Amino acid sequence: MKNFQIIKALSSGSAVSSIAKENSAMFIAGGTNLVDLMKKNVVAPDKLVDITALDLKKIEFLTAKTSIGALAKNSQVAEDKAIIEKHPLLAMALAAGASQQIRHMATVGGNMLQRTRCSYFYNTDMPCNKRVPKSGCGAIGGSNRMHAIFGASDSCIAVHPSDMCVALAALDATVLVEGPKGKREIKFTEFHRLPGNTPEKDNTLQNKELITSVEIPNNNFTKNVHYLKVRDRSSYAFALISVAAALDIQNNTINDVRLAMGGVAHKPWRLTEAEEFLKGKTISETIFRQAADLAMKGARGYGDNDFKLTLGPNAIVEALTIASSK
Amino acid sequence: MSKTSNINRVDGFAKVTGSATYSAEYKTDGVVYACLVGSTIAKGRIKTIDTKKAEWAPGVLAVISHLNVDKPSGYEKAKDPHNFGQPLQVFKDDTVLYYDQPIAMVIADTFERMQYAATLIKAEYIKEEHITDLQKAKVKEKKVETDKGDDYHRGVPDNYKNAAVVLEEEYTIPTEVHNPMELANIIAKWEGNKPTVFTKTQGVEGTRKSIGGVFGIPPEDVSVNSEYLGGAFGMGLHTWPYEIAALIGAKKLNRPVKLVLHREQMFTNVGFRPYTIQKMGLGATKEGKLTGLTHEAVAMTSSYEDFMEGTVNMSRFIYNCDNVSTRYRIVKLDTCTPIWMRGPGEATGSFALESAMDELAHKLDMDPIEFRKLNYAEKDLEQNKPWSSKYLLDCYEGGMERIGWKNRKNKPGSVKEGEWLVGYGMGTGTFGCYRSPTSVKAKFLADGNLVLQCSVNDMGPGTATMMTAIGAEITGLPSENVIIQMGRSGLAKGPTQGGSATTSSVGSAVHDSCNLLVSKVLGLAGATSTFKGTPITDLTFANGVISSAKDASKTVSLASLISSNKPEDFEVENTSKGNEEMKKYSIYSFSVHFVKVLVNPNLGKIRLAHVVSCADIGTVINQKTSAGQMYGGAVGGIGMGLMEALEIDHRFGRPINNNFADYHVPVNADIEKQEVFFVNKKDPISNPMGTKGLGETALVGMAPAIANAVFNATGKRVRDLPITLDKILEPSVANA
Repeated sequence: MKNFQIIKALSSGSAVSSIAKENSAMFIAGGTNLVDLMKKNVVAPDKLVDITALDLKKIEFLTAKTSIGALAKNSQVAEDKAIIEKHPLLAMALAAGASQQIRHMATVGGNMLQRTRCSYFYNTDMPCNKRVPKSGCGAIGGSNRMHAIFGASDSCIAVHPSDMCVALAALDATVLVEGPKGKREIKFTEFHRLPGNTPEKDNTLQNKELITSVEIPNNNFTKNVHYLKVRDRSSYAFALISVAAALDIQNNTINDVRLAMGGVAHKPWRLTEAEEFLKGKTISETIFRQAADLAMKGARGYGDNDFKLTLGPNAIVEALTIASSK
Repeated sequence: MSKTSNINRVDGFAKVTGSATYSAEYKTDGVVYACLVGSTIAKGRIKTIDTKKAEWAPGVLAVISHLNVDKPSGYEKAKDPHNFGQPLQVFKDDTVLYYDQPIAMVIADTFERMQYAATLIKAEYIKEEHITDLQKAKVKEKKVETDKGDDYHRGVPDNYKNAAVVLEEEYTIPTEVHNPMELANIIAKWEGNKPTVFTKTQGVEGTRKSIGGVFGIPPEDVSVNSEYLGGAFGMGLHTWPYEIAALIGAKKLNRPVKLVLHREQMFTNVGFRPYTIQKMGLGATKEGKLTGLTHEAVAMTSSYEDFMEGTVNMSRFIYNCDNVSTRYRIVKLDTCTPIWMRGPGEATGSFALESAMDELAHKLDMDPIEFRKLNYAEKDLEQNKPWSSKYLLDCYEGGMERIGWKNRKNKPGSVKEGEWLVGYGMGTGTFGCYRSPTSVKAKFLADGNLVLQCSVNDMGPGTATMMTAIGAEITGLPSENVIIQMGRSGLAKGPTQGGSATTSSVGSAVHDSCNLLVSKVLGLAGATSTFKGTPITDLTFANGVISSAKDASKTVSLASLISSNKPEDFEVENTSKGNEEMKKYSIYSFSVHFVKVLVNPNLGKIRLAHVVSCADIGTVINQKTSAGQMYGGAVGGIGMGLMEALEIDHRFGRPINNNFADYHVPVNADIEKQEVFFVNKKDPISNPMGTKGLGETALVGMAPAIANAVFNATGKRVRDLPITLDKILEPSVANA
């Protein structure tokens, strides 16, 4: 890799200002993805701003919400007793991701910002619109077993690889950011974006904004939840498809429900139509299957990933069945 | 071998504490750092290569390409380039024969500067159309033009077609890569015209020969050191272009050069298990007697070397069938040359043969083991010789009991545990027992310790531990008193480590040399005044003391004997070979893998609930290292069965999943319960210890065992590896 400068920021304000003026400067926290990308010459920043000294590691349980600092480690959140109690879906999703070693390094903010695992993105000899705009998409017509079935475009069929984000999308989280123009909030489901004609943009962060925390509103999804991850081996593999299912069940009736999928789109894929369908219904395999079919509307395969059209609804039914029987 | 059959791995402490020195770790004064820059096309010519920016980058000492290389003299004298054993001649000219072929080498004063400078090299190409897809290119199949490439027929050719019950199916395995944890690496240096290398190889003597050949110098002038290997699985059986490149660089700069491949280059530049398409034809009577067996394979090779392996060989002898035909063909593709990968061709072949046997048993509605027993080969019909020993039936019996075979039903999908479909499967493995002439020097030091020297190295099976056990057993010394010196040239000449032959070859040499050394010691002891009048046959040697079996009061210590004689009186270097008797027998190891899977057909999820691997390998020299090898081989077979495939984007001729995140091998969580066991009965013929070899057969037969278990659970027959979940996924009710 090329030579680069690295400085350590001591406050979020100074972190933002130290990066603002330099085009190729980037924040670095756990570095579990960024260092790989730099080694492979996929990104080549001149300057890194190390934000690990910032006071953004706390997990706080406030009156109406839970606040998780952007620098909280994935393992720290996954193993937090109160998180396991109040937001078990999030704990399960985090534990399903990566390996224990990586979870000890990776932060919540970094997890959100991890890049796709599309091979064409990583291999600098290959075409990839996400890495080099207008260079073409290698995955369309190429190797696309891992790729999107929802919301893709002619420019890009990559998927967001996170497990954690699928749970946060399901739980209606909010992202708090700080940038040169001040602080703002972004709905988690609007944080990541679809590729359209600009797949180089993974998310809706404005230039040089820093994620400071993620907030989850209080909810009743403490018992009937399940994060189902379907993958090619039992650990240390990205999801082919994952399903985050959270149910609030009273007297066998679905009071409230959240459903989201991972491994199917450029962003965590919230299944709102299926959620609306399930609300107020009595639990049965039939309604789960109907909800799954609703969820799959508009899905399409690209060859290698056609199996996801079969796996998707089956995984939704499986996740709902497991969640409802807890 | 009772006392020593369970000693700990003698180099275990060095390995787990990091004190074991691997090739690239040797401290070398003045060492500089090199890396290879690969082509970005799969076939064509280099039009221009711009190395200026790299040459001007800080710390860069040299950039070498075909434009400025001092070509080794052996390049001119090379034999027929299509013979196997003639690797790509790195930097020879502007030709590009495969993607990521080295087109330049950067050498700099630090690792970081070398890495950076390499990114500055830019090449332009004249592209030619490449072919990397065997499925598309198989029409170009041809025979390998050596004896081994000949078709084989016994009885009526393709007689399976005339049988009452016929099975005809095609099976494919994808390209798989060895990718040991330790990357391919070398430190090369020259003193005058004599090179020294610290390199990752499985054959010290073979590497001397191939380097000598390339540089036009006698092998004796080449020093090779390769004491420890972090795995190799066959990739160390070739001398690769990266090794020659490092030597070229070291010669040019007259400085030691260190070159370690990147992980990505391990997927493109150091061989692989070749993509292979196999056709099986099996015919049987209604009662299940095999009447015809045809096994055909079409495998890929490179455009510049004709590689072949024993893919179809097992089919010639493993079952009692009078009519057998085998054919092997290769297709030249624009890739690096394949190289034997653990189990090698037999692992590939067993997937087709043992899957087909299972399919035919199903057609016959027979238990797959009963079907195999009915066709059990009492002798080797290929060579028309008796087996030296064969305890395959013991493997079947032991495995059936451990896996709970009695719970298996012939009808697929008829056993359930909760929501999971349960399936049982098995696959048979075998591998030849080879033994090559091997020298070992055995000597006693003044302190009474035994030193054993051999240039053989140890890629992981526990060669040093095996040598220690045999040496200790024969000399009666505690194993702590045995010192092993190995893995470098200049020592007594040992074999290449491969083909499960190390224990048979090196172990026999240790055995013979130690026996000769003990005789020498007893002879010298017999000449002392203590044993005046005592026949040498009455003398025994144990724990460093010679005593009389008849009169326990008479003893002479080895130390006192050494002090009163010359040191060279306590040295023996002997070459051990097989004998004529061996030629009368067919000598093979046998293994059987049993698998119990649980399958969720809605998600395609396969759980390996229980895996049992059993082997007839003759005498087990060391229970721990043998079990370790068997576990490892079985896990390798599980990877082959369920996960491993080098995906190529044929539009570009490039691998897609060239990293450990995307090229999957099994993790602990994938295998819920695993056990291994050995029949452990001595082979009377193979060698003095009665061993038969383990490393390869430990993997052979696992992949079909999994495929057969998946079929038994689901009724889905997967004939193209790996068995990923999409291949067994049930369409949902809505999509059905």
